[in-house]
Amino acid sequence: MTITLNDHLATAEVVICCGSGGVGKTTTAAALGMQAAGLGRRAVVVTIDPARRLADALGVPGGLTNDPVRLDLDAPGELWALMLDTASTFDGLVRANAENAEQAERILANRFYRNVAGSLSGTQDYMAAERLHALHQDDRFDLVIVDTPPTRNALDFLDAPNTLARFIDHPLFKMLMLPTRRGLKVFNLAAQPVLKTIGRVVGGDVLTDAVAFFQAFSGMETGFRERADDVIALLGSDVSRFVLVASPRADTIEEAQFFATRLQSSGLAVSAVVVNRCTPTFGEPPSKRPRAAAQAALHDNLVELRATADAERAHAAHLLACDALANDVHTTFVPTLSGDVHTMEALTTIRFLLFPPTR
Amino acid sequence: MDPLQFVSTVRVAIVAGKGGVGKTTVTGVLARAAIRRGLRVLVVELDGKPTLEELVPGLEVQHISASAALGEYLDTHGLSRVTRRLTSSGIIDVVATASPGIDDIVVLGKIKQLERSGVYDLIVVDGPAAGHAITFLLAAKGLLATVRGGPIATQAADVAEMLADPARCQVVLVTLPETTPVNEALETAAALRERVGVHLAPIVVNAVDEGPLLDEQAAKEGSPMRAAAEFRNARRALHASERTRLTEALELPQLILPQVPGSVLDADAVDRLADTWAPS
Repeated sequence: MTITLNDHLATAEVVICCGSGGVGKTTTAAALGMQAAGLGRRAVVVTIDPARRLADALGVPGGLTNDPVRLDLDAPGELWALMLDTASTFDGLVRANAENAEQAERILANRFYRNVAGSLSGTQDYMAAERLHALHQDDRFDLVIVDTPPTRNALDFLDAPNTLARFIDHPLFKMLMLPTRRGLKVFNLAAQPVLKTIGRVVGGDVLTDAVAFFQAFSGMETGFRERADDVIALLGSDVSRFVLVASPRADTIEEAQFFATRLQSSGLAVSAVVVNRCTPTFGEPPSKRPRAAAQAALHDNLVELRATADAERAHAAHLLACDALANDVHTTFVPTLSGDVHTMEALTTIRFLLFPPTR
Repeated sequence: MDPLQFVSTVRVAIVAGKGGVGKTTVTGVLARAAIRRGLRVLVVELDGKPTLEELVPGLEVQHISASAALGEYLDTHGLSRVTRRLTSSGIIDVVATASPGIDDIVVLGKIKQLERSGVYDLIVVDGPAAGHAITFLLAAKGLLATVRGGPIATQAADVAEMLADPARCQVVLVTLPETTPVNEALETAAALRERVGVHLAPIVVNAVDEGPLLDEQAAKEGSPMRAAAEFRNARRALHASERTRLTEALELPQLILPQVPGSVLDADAVDRLADTWAPS
């Protein structure tokens, strides 16, 4: 029997919403949080740079911050929300993991570190993963819902725990830390003039900063790597669910398909699919096209919308037929609203479209 | 006035907009329409998705990847002997991280090179995804502020010169006629003008549901025909009011692309969309 999205929300400890940009992922994550609170869960939604309107819709007039705030909701459970601030999350981790305050300050002041913390693509995903780790262990919450960053290919989040590992396993890092290790010695010799030449080409002390960063980071990598392993294990365990968010557009469907395949190759599976912004259906048109012009126009409109809706469903069915998605994966089609989603009411409407109340 | 006129006067058009607004579609339609005007067109793809070759048959497309461009750049600047080792050891990553924007500069530098070659009348750039357009275009200014001397600083200066010249380069913003996309387009337009200092071409409003309002009253209340008409009218009213808001808030000519029924965008659909701008 199909496990519904609602069943997943009732039992999961982690829900990851993934999909390409512009498909309503953040709105979906917020609506899932509302439903979870309705089920009595203590849920926290981690959003990544939501439009201010979502913060407004959630009833947080000043906007969301890096610390979870509890939302005013009439529900048996609780709904909390936060907006991930990549740089300050990273700073906090450095402070918590440094051997002493002096090491922390040396790293925080380093220009290379500031670039990594503030702008390196992948750092955002990595910090979302770190945040997930911390929130999952936080006693205030029993469900963490993550709205993944709108990445170029929607896959980076899975690689995120490896992002920093890639840096600390970097040959340059190893070279500096283990200058006498045999295999790297040749490289070490060759590297010095290389560093100088690169400096000449790109200008300034670009690499001096990097070298200083790697030296300052020494000794902290174990903690980072352990947490990365924890997150990978958490994502792969049976308390985690992946919800694929798409729209009926060809490009987002392709991306969703690609994502499902990618999850499968990592030994993970999509638990549920949400297809947003579908053309709504309004029932069958009368069997005969009315003769009066005004009615004929309404008839044609109904037929046209129906054809569009059918084409969208057929396309979505094509997505669902791919090998990486189990036959019985629970799928919800959410129709386009006639307006924009930027009020609590609209969000509530989305919630009840996702989870129709039983009569 | 013909809002498409700019394709004949500018050399580089950078298509920008948030994810999901249809940048790639607009890139294809713009290229198609320019070709119909007899221009020699090149499309530059930064995303690495080989979709445009399928959408516009016969179109000349170049894919530029940041890391490959950076490697190539270091190659031609006295590092050819060690570039392969730099790439395999990941030092290219470190250079890119140590100097954010350097990869953007080499990509923009390649585009500038193509522009200077004079081979093409128009180069359409399918801009970076997920709203990185501002960071991408600010890279030149950022680097000029931090890097003193050296070939990369020269490159950044050349790129900045190109971006500031409306005869050489303009940005084509893409949006949808809905509330949040219009707000985002207004913010992006302000940032591009004030912070980057680049000239804005006509803004493209994509997927517009045009048409007269339907006479809802002609069908019985609660009937499928009535409900469908109410939905359609609400959408059309939203699109009309958002276009009005855009017109009032942003002094730019608008290029409209109608909503394509169905969900499949293929070469035929791009061709039909190009008809609305440049009849064949």
